Amino acid sequence: MRIVVFAAALSVLACASAKGSQAPAPSPMQSGDSTHSQDSRDSTTAGRGALSVPNADPFPSTYKPFPSKTTVIRNVTIMTAAGPSIKNGAILLRNGKIETVGASVNAPSDATVIDGAGKFVTPGIIDIHSHLGVYPAPGVEANSDGNEAVKPVTAYVWAEHSVWPQDPQFPRNLAGGITTLQVLPGSANLFGGRSVVLKVVPSRTVQGMKFPGAKYGLKMACGENPKRVYGNKGGPQTRMGNVAGYRTAWIEAEQYRRKWDKWNATHKGDPPARDLNLETLAEVLRGNILVHNHCYRADEMAQMIDIAHEFGYKIKAFHHGVEAYKIADLLKKEDIGAAVWADWGGFKMEALDGIRANMALVNQAGARTIVHSDDPSGSQRLNQEAAKGIEAGKEIGIDISEDQAIKWLTINPAWALELDSKIGSLEPGKDADVVLWSGDPFSVYTRAEKVWIDGALLYDRDDPSEQWRTDFDLGFVPLVGGAK
Amino acid sequence: MKRSMHRSALALVAVCAMAGSLRAQTVAITGGKVYPVSGPPIEGGTVLMRDGKIVAVGKDIAIPANAERVDATGKWVTPGLVNSNTSVGFGDVGFSGGPRELSAKGHDGIAAGFQVWLGFNTQSTMIAPAREGGVTSVVASPSGGLVAGQAAIVDLSGALPLSEVLVKAPATMIAQIEDNESAKVGAAGEAIGQLRDLIEDTKAYMRRKSDFERAQTRPFVAPRRDLEAMIPVVEGREPLTIIADQAAEIREVLNIAKDYGIKTVILGGAEAWTLADRIAAAKVPVLTGAMNNIPGSFATLGSRQENAAMLRKAGVQVGIIGNAGGGDEELFNVRNLRYEAGNAVAYGMSWDDALRAVTLAPAEIYGVADRVGSLKPGTEGNVVIWSGDPFEFSSRAEQVFVRGRKIDAPSRQDLLAKRYQKLPPNYESQK
Repeated sequence: MRIVVFAAALSVLACASAKGSQAPAPSPMQSGDSTHSQDSRDSTTAGRGALSVPNADPFPSTYKPFPSKTTVIRNVTIMTAAGPSIKNGAILLRNGKIETVGASVNAPSDATVIDGAGKFVTPGIIDIHSHLGVYPAPGVEANSDGNEAVKPVTAYVWAEHSVWPQDPQFPRNLAGGITTLQVLPGSANLFGGRSVVLKVVPSRTVQGMKFPGAKYGLKMACGENPKRVYGNKGGPQTRMGNVAGYRTAWIEAEQYRRKWDKWNATHKGDPPARDLNLETLAEVLRGNILVHNHCYRADEMAQMIDIAHEFGYKIKAFHHGVEAYKIADLLKKEDIGAAVWADWGGFKMEALDGIRANMALVNQAGARTIVHSDDPSGSQRLNQEAAKGIEAGKEIGIDISEDQAIKWLTINPAWALELDSKIGSLEPGKDADVVLWSGDPFSVYTRAEKVWIDGALLYDRDDPSEQWRTDFDLGFVPLVGGAK
Repeated sequence: MKRSMHRSALALVAVCAMAGSLRAQTVAITGGKVYPVSGPPIEGGTVLMRDGKIVAVGKDIAIPANAERVDATGKWVTPGLVNSNTSVGFGDVGFSGGPRELSAKGHDGIAAGFQVWLGFNTQSTMIAPAREGGVTSVVASPSGGLVAGQAAIVDLSGALPLSEVLVKAPATMIAQIEDNESAKVGAAGEAIGQLRDLIEDTKAYMRRKSDFERAQTRPFVAPRRDLEAMIPVVEGREPLTIIADQAAEIREVLNIAKDYGIKTVILGGAEAWTLADRIAAAKVPVLTGAMNNIPGSFATLGSRQENAAMLRKAGVQVGIIGNAGGGDEELFNVRNLRYEAGNAVAYGMSWDDALRAVTLAPAEIYGVADRVGSLKPGTEGNVVIWSGDPFEFSSRAEQVFVRGRKIDAPSRQDLLAKRYQKLPPNYESQK
C-alpha cells in the first residue's frame, strides 16, 4: 500500500523526458575527439574541459557485452518487428548479433539449442521513459535524484550523474523483457536536463551501462508541473509563463551556439565562456541532442511544435501525450513520436482526457505509437500495456495486428532514440537483444522466460543463478524460504 | 452553494428514476459459460434475474414468457467484479482539480466517525470506466490518518439516490499503521498503541456511557462520534481493515486481532507471504495485489508478485486489489482489477481462486456475500457477459448488468474516442 501512494506522488513529477548518451557521429562542426586534441594545442588559457565542443563525451561508455554463447531458438513464433511473424521459426544469435532469422537456421555445432515450442521470441523491449536509477527503490529522500527542482531551466544537469546502478528496479525491469532504457530527469522544470540511454545490465558504474553511441536527449516539460513547482518561487506561474521560459532560453542558446561554432571553426582568439546549460540547448539546435518533450494536452503539443519551428530544432517524441489522438494528423505530418501509456488518465487535470484508444488512433493516423512507462512497475509489463491498446482499438473498429503492436515496444522507441539501426527488430546484424516469452506476449498469463542482451543470457526465469541481484538486494530482499 | 443547488436538482430527477427502476423486469441470460463462483461452472447455463435480483442459475431453468432474453452463446458469464480498495465516487480528478472527499481532519489522526459515503457522488465520471472493466461493486474507502473512517460497499449502477447504490454502510473501519506522518505519530509502535487505546477507550465508553455524558470519565483518545463508530468493531460485528505491509506490522495486526477478539483484515500485505501460515491460522483475510515486486520502501522489501498465490496456498482468504503502482488503481484504473487477477494466475494462483479473489472473497470478507460477489439466487443482479476469459486483454465486458439492469451509458472516454475517431474537418462543428 505504501508503494502505491509513493509511486502516485512520484508520477506527478517524474514525467517528462530527455534522453541521452553520446554520439560519436560528426556534428556539423567536427567530432569531439579531434576538437579535443586541437583544443590542447590551440588554447593557451583554457583546459579542454572549459571548451564547449559539439558531441563532447566526457563520461564515455565503458559497456562491454557480457560473454555470450552461440544460441539457436527454434520451433518458436518470432515477432520480428520488421515484418510478419514467423511461425515455427528459428533464430541464431552469434557473437552478440542476430545472425539469421527465418523458418529454419543451420545450428552451428557449438550452439546452445533451445526448443521454443509454444513460445514466442521478440526483440528486447525498449522503454524510452524511465526514471530507474534516478528515482531508485526504496524511495527514500536520500536517493531522490530525479528532479533538480531549483529553477525552471536546468538543462545543465545530466541524468546519468544521478543514476544509481544498484537500483534493485533494474533487474526487475530486465525480467520484464526490457533491454534498453532511456532514463530521464523529472518534469518539474521547463528544461529538466539530459537523459541517458542504458543497457539493462549489472554494472558497478553508470558508464558501464551506457548504450555505446546513443545520443543524448533533452527533457522538456509542458503544463502543470513547472507552473506548480515555480508558481510561488518566481515563476513560471502560468502556461504562458512556461512558453516565455522556453523561448527565452532558446534565444540565449542560439546566440551561444553561434559564438561557439564560430570559435570552434577558427580557434582564433580567446574562447567564449563555457556554459553547461546553454551547451545542452545549443547541441539540440545543432541536431546532436534529441528533444523528448513531456506534454499531455493536444493544444500544448501544437504550441511546442511552433516553438520548435521558431528556433529550428526537432521534437523527437512527445511523452505522456494522453491527448495525442486529438492531433494524430499533426504528429504524423511533423514526424513526432507519441510516447503514451495504455490507460493512465484522470489523475490530474491535464490527464483528464486520456483514453485507451490513444495508441490505436495514433497508429491509424500513420503516426508512431510508442508505449512508455514512467513507472518502474509498468515498465516491467509494457507488453501488457500494448495488449490493452490492441483491444481498445478493436472496440472502436481499428484492427491492430500483434505484428504492428510489437513495434510500439521495440522499433518505434528505437527510432525515437535514433538507435533503430542497432536495436528494435530481429534482423541480421542487429544487436542480439532478444526475449523468449512463455507464450503470446500480449496474453496476461505470459512472462518473459529468458532475456539476452548482445547475445548474452542475462535473465533466466528457470535458473536462479541467472537472476541478477543488485548489491542492495543482498541481505535486504528476502528470497523464497527466507534467505536473503 | 451552487453545488448544493445542483445536487437538489439531481435529487428530484432521482425520484423519477427510482420509480422507473422499481418496475418488474425479468432478464434471462442464456447459453453462456456461467461461472457462479458460489458453485461449479455451467456450460450453456442460464442466469435468470427478476426485479433486480438473481432468481435462478443453472442448466435447465424455466424461462418465463415475459423475460427479456440475452443470448450469451460463446460468451463467459461471471458475477460483477468487486474491487475492495477504491476511492471511486469521491472526486473526478486524482490531483490538481476538483474536490476529493476522501480524508477527514479527525482528531490526532483518528476519524473513526467519518462516514465517507456521505460524500459519494453517484454520478461520478469515474464510475463508468470501472463498470466497463466489469467492476460492479466497490469498497469505497476513506484514506489518511491513523483511523481514516468507515468505508461503504457501493454498487456502480449509476442510480442517483445513495440509498439505491449502497450495499452496506459501514462495511469496515479503515486504519493504517505504516505511515507515521499521516497517522500523526512518531513510530509504528506509537500508532499501534493509539489503536489499542482507541479500542480500550471504546470498551470503557460502552460501559460508562452515562458517566461520559455527564463528563465523569477520564479523557478518551477520541470524541463520542468516533467511539460510537468503533462499537461494532469492538463487538466483532464490523471488520477493522488495517493497511500494513511490513512483516512486523502484520504481526501486530494479528496480535490486535487476538488480544481483543476483533475481526481484522490486512490491506496491502506486501510481506504477508513471510507469515502466511500464521495469518491463515489467525483466519485474518488479506487484500493484496499481484503486480508489485519492487522494494519501494524499507517496509516493502519483500514485495513479490507471488504473494497472493502463496497466501492462498497457505489457506488465507485472499482478495485481489490493484497494486501495480503509479497507474491510479484506486480511481481511474479500478477497471484494471481483472488484469491484476490475471497476473496473479501468471504468478501461481489458480484461475478459480483468482476469480473468487475479485468476486466472492471480498464479499465474504466484508459480510455481503448474500448481496454481491456470486451468481447465487437472492443476490443482486450484478452480472457481466464477457467476450472471453475475463482476465485476458483480448476480452471485453460486452454487457454489464447492475441490479438486474443492463447499463450501457458510455464513459467520457468513449465519447472522446468517438469524437476523434475521424479527425473532424471542422472541429467547431462537432457536437
